[in-house]
Amino acid sequence: MATETDTHSEGGLVFHPLDQFIPKSLFGDGPIAWYSITNVTLWLAIAVACVFLLMVMGTSGRKIIPSRLQSVAELIYGFIYKMVEDVCGKEGIKYFPYIMTLFLFILFANYLALIPMSYSPTSMIAVTAILGFGVFIAVTVLGFVLNGASFLGMFWMKDAPAVLRPIIAVIEVISYFVRPVSHSIRLAGNVMAGHAVIKVFAGFAALTLVSPVAILGITAIYGLEVLVAGIQAYVFTILTCVYLKDALHPHH
Amino acid sequence: MATETHEATAGACVDAGGSAIGMPQLCADWMPNQVFWLLVTLVAIYFILSRVALPRIASVLSERTGTITNDLGAAEELKERAAEAEGAYDKALADARAEAQAIVAKTKEDIQADLDVELQKADAEIAARTAQSEKAIAEIRDNAMSSVADVAKETAADLVVALGGKADKKAINAAVKARIGGAS
Repeated sequence: MATETDTHSEGGLVFHPLDQFIPKSLFGDGPIAWYSITNVTLWLAIAVACVFLLMVMGTSGRKIIPSRLQSVAELIYGFIYKMVEDVCGKEGIKYFPYIMTLFLFILFANYLALIPMSYSPTSMIAVTAILGFGVFIAVTVLGFVLNGASFLGMFWMKDAPAVLRPIIAVIEVISYFVRPVSHSIRLAGNVMAGHAVIKVFAGFAALTLVSPVAILGITAIYGLEVLVAGIQAYVFTILTCVYLKDALHPHH
Repeated sequence: MATETHEATAGACVDAGGSAIGMPQLCADWMPNQVFWLLVTLVAIYFILSRVALPRIASVLSERTGTITNDLGAAEELKERAAEAEGAYDKALADARAEAQAIVAKTKEDIQADLDVELQKADAEIAARTAQSEKAIAEIRDNAMSSVADVAKETAADLVVALGGKADKKAINAAVKARIGGAS
């Protein structure tokens, strides 16, 4: 899409806002196979390293009065633990490690993506679709395993007037199947849009006349993206908890 | 920047210049790679968290809760002990005050008793002295009276003699006695 501007030689305006999302092999030039070590791999590995640093190295002191890093780790732990407990109830606590995994992965992937020249895995729809559909399939299977066929009662509103029940059931089923789509596109769309907008502003910065405005724009959007990175991780996690609650207590 | 050697990777997703054709997100050639490494990442984070980090943080948090509970218990106990000590102190203070008052009262009584004894003694002595003095005064007066009578008799006798009469002792004595006796 942005390739027309390649011929745009006189103004120096070069827009490739989406090129930042291209996975590149770190070793060798060949086509990217499923096992190739790419910049995706690199930044995912950095995310794992950061999780390890914060949650394992940070807490290695096991101090009663926590160090700074330990108190951050405890804060995140307490935050997600309370979220799971509040939304899903006591039965949800045993799924806490999975939700914590999701939250920390998305949080670190989002924030690491804000480092210039980094790669943003959570902007890739394939990545967020795995997360979103993973949650969807896990929650649905869990719902049927725990509740049997009565899990379907979730779609049948007993409080609604009898005439409306079938209509509501259809709407509920549709909205249920839309969940994973919105769940994954919300995250990828937010991250991708922010990064692409920053790149577009950066492209404009090549024009001397508008460069101050463009740089201000980059700064403003960057600030916004810092917010979005945290909020999207939070939103993804709390929606996961809400879906999990439906599987644990389908009868509202 | 469009003339790099990306021809090797040029294909369904990248043009000859190395730029993305359409959204890189939607390029199916690249998806298996992301999916594979994502799954590796998630499994790695899951094991890091569930094997090491979460149990450790949970134990630290429960240990802290335990410590805080213990400390609060100890503080409660100390507070009770402080209250007890304060009660004992107040009681001791009250006892001491009562004792002091008792001592003051007893001392006052003792002093009063001593004072009474002394006063009685002093009164008795004063009474004795007064009686003695009265006796002495009466004696002196009696003496003075008899002296006055003697002097009067002598003077009367001398006067009678000087006037050329004869001193009649009996008559003079009677006359003097009548005068003095009348006067006194």
